[in-house]
Amino acid sequence: MHLMNDVLIILFAANGFDKGAQGLAGAGRRLADELGGSLRAVVLGEGAEAVAGEAARVADAVLIAEQAELREYQPETYLAALAKLCGESRPRAVLLANDTYSQELAPRIAHRLGGSAAGDCVELRVEGDAVRVGRQVYGGKAHAVLELKRSPAVVWLRARSFTPAAPRAAAGEVTRATLNIQADTRTRLVERRREAGGESRLEEARVIVSGGRGIGGPEPFETELRPLAELLGAQLAASRAACDAGWVPPTWQVGQTGKKVTPELYLAIAITGASQHMAGISEAKTIAAVNTDPDAPIFKHCRFGIVEDYRKVVPLLREKLKQVMSDE
Amino acid sequence: MNILVCLKQILDPEVPARDFRVDAAQREAEQGAANLVTNIFCENALETALQLRERAGGGKITALSYGRPTAEDSLRKALAMKADAAALVLHEGGEAPDPLASARVLAAAVKRLGAFDLIMTGREAGDWGAGQTGALLAEELGLPCVSFVDSIEVTGGNLRLKRQTDTGWEVFEAAPPVVVTVTNDEHNVPRIPKVRDVMMSYRQPLTKFTLADLGLAAGADNDYYEVAELFVPQKETRCDFVNGDTLDEKVEAFARYLIAVTRSM
Ligand SMILES: Cc1cc2nc3c(=O)[nH]c(=O)nc-3n(C[C@H](O)[C@H](O)[C@H](O)COP(=O)(O)OP(=O)(O)OC[C@H]3O[C@@H](n4cnc5c(N)ncnc54)[C@H](O)[C@@H]3O)c2cc1C
Ligand SMILES: Nc1ncnc2c1ncn2[C@@H]1O[C@H](COP(=O)(O)O)[C@@H](O)[C@H]1O
Repeated sequence: MHLMNDVLIILFAANGFDKGAQGLAGAGRRLADELGGSLRAVVLGEGAEAVAGEAARVADAVLIAEQAELREYQPETYLAALAKLCGESRPRAVLLANDTYSQELAPRIAHRLGGSAAGDCVELRVEGDAVRVGRQVYGGKAHAVLELKRSPAVVWLRARSFTPAAPRAAAGEVTRATLNIQADTRTRLVERRREAGGESRLEEARVIVSGGRGIGGPEPFETELRPLAELLGAQLAASRAACDAGWVPPTWQVGQTGKKVTPELYLAIAITGASQHMAGISEAKTIAAVNTDPDAPIFKHCRFGIVEDYRKVVPLLREKLKQVMSDE
Repeated sequence: MNILVCLKQILDPEVPARDFRVDAAQREAEQGAANLVTNIFCENALETALQLRERAGGGKITALSYGRPTAEDSLRKALAMKADAAALVLHEGGEAPDPLASARVLAAAVKRLGAFDLIMTGREAGDWGAGQTGALLAEELGLPCVSFVDSIEVTGGNLRLKRQTDTGWEVFEAAPPVVVTVTNDEHNVPRIPKVRDVMMSYRQPLTKFTLADLGLAAGADNDYYEVAELFVPQKETRCDFVNGDTLDEKVEAFARYLIAVTRSM
């Protein structure tokens, strides 16, 4: 039997060829090399041309799924299209990033192809004949390596944690295909909103100021944390507790079930540092914290910290930052 | 509106990292002193269902779990929160996580329990965190699925599903039956049942199925993935606590640390 060893990456044009897509392509390239297959990409949605052009610099072939029904994301229709496409090209592995749409569709793609899915992976490799993935489990307290038993392996990755692929000498070929998929209207996307504020690209932020339940209410996020963030050129984020309290929007949540961020500096204010929160900042370069409790677990992950009430620290800190900045 | 909510009982995810151990040879977490609790997102799902029923002025909510006999506690709690009925499929065989096997068992139970307009799961479980069972259940049932939903309304014969995305939110209109996976939001923080309702819940009927009752064999298709390794990563950083005699000195030292980092970026 002829074994297919190709790797297919799935790109949603709406996300652009962002750091996630780049990491995804890098992971795909390395896996394809390990398997001895080629790397192919499929791009869906409005704006596919531009993304396909970028993807062609690192992939051997890029396919644009061209059809009016696929211009905008609709879960059932996209799923049918992807299942059809993967069914025809029979890749050994299908890789996706960890955006909403990827997470939503990956297990179902696996199911339709008779494969195995695993998600939020930070490692991906071939061992013998099998694809193995590494991921955090138990809310970040443990790490597991899973061997996917069925083929294809359908894996969604913490894409930003993977090194991008180097561009190749010759660009891959870009082709267009009409898949003749019927629109499936059992569910219909009728409204889409972006959360106001600059928080939508938290994953790309280099500095993050994040607040937890200890902040005590919505106002201090605006009156205390925001001016501090502005001084540091930072984006604002929060723990689940602060989001669940309704103080800040859910898009601000960092952690296992929130954003996975990779900043140079993460300043955690009045956040305990529960493992599920830390799971979202394992790739942060430097973590610092303000907390009244010297035994708060967050300090186990900090390079530096201050044990004080944030209400005393933050106003003074803003002054000191301004002073130090103007002194130098 | 006939609603089914899937609840998974798991090891308390709030157990502090310092008390958490794994049996690396068995590739399982050790229970230690940790309690068993209902996965939080399943409770968010149940809370969303309860509010939907309240707003609609009627409807029936069935809680379903696949697990060890102890999972009865999760179902009793669901009844105390005012689910109308509960069913437990008794787990047999090993502890190895397998979202596809779970989805198949849940699908068989759903079919046995009746016809539902809305089938709800949590977005992911706080133990192995597969984040797959709801989606796979939809496939097993041949139904559409919307993930990361945080609130639901009924409009005419359709459901209006609001869900969270990376950048904001989206609204879907869905014709029942549909599967949704639920995430947390300020409006679906699970209610605390009244003591009286907790006591009452133990007198309510609870349906139990074995796998054989559902026409399934134990561990028959445990072939999705296998845990090859499980370990607790050792990663601690030594924290410099800023010192100084006054708050002013401490904060100034902290400011210098921050600036040093941002300058080196
Ligand atoms: C399955 C699952 C998934 C989860 N996913 C996430 C996730 O993605 N993200 C996430 O964040 N959490 C997540 N959680 C929740 C997580 O376990 C914690 O409950 C949560 O992170 C706690 O938030 P917190 O640290 O803000 O609140 P708390 O635990 O209440 O801590 C507040 C902290 O503030 C300090 N404090 C109080 N007042 C002050 C003050 N005036 N000045 C300075 N410090 C002060 C306290 O000492 C304390 O350390 C998840 C949980 C589960 C079970
Ligand atoms: N054994 C189970 N019994 C009932 N529901 C389950 C079970 N396993 C998973 N689920 C449901 O699927 C969701 C996601 O679980 P998982 O795919 O394991 O992350 C959970 O929040 C539950 O709603």
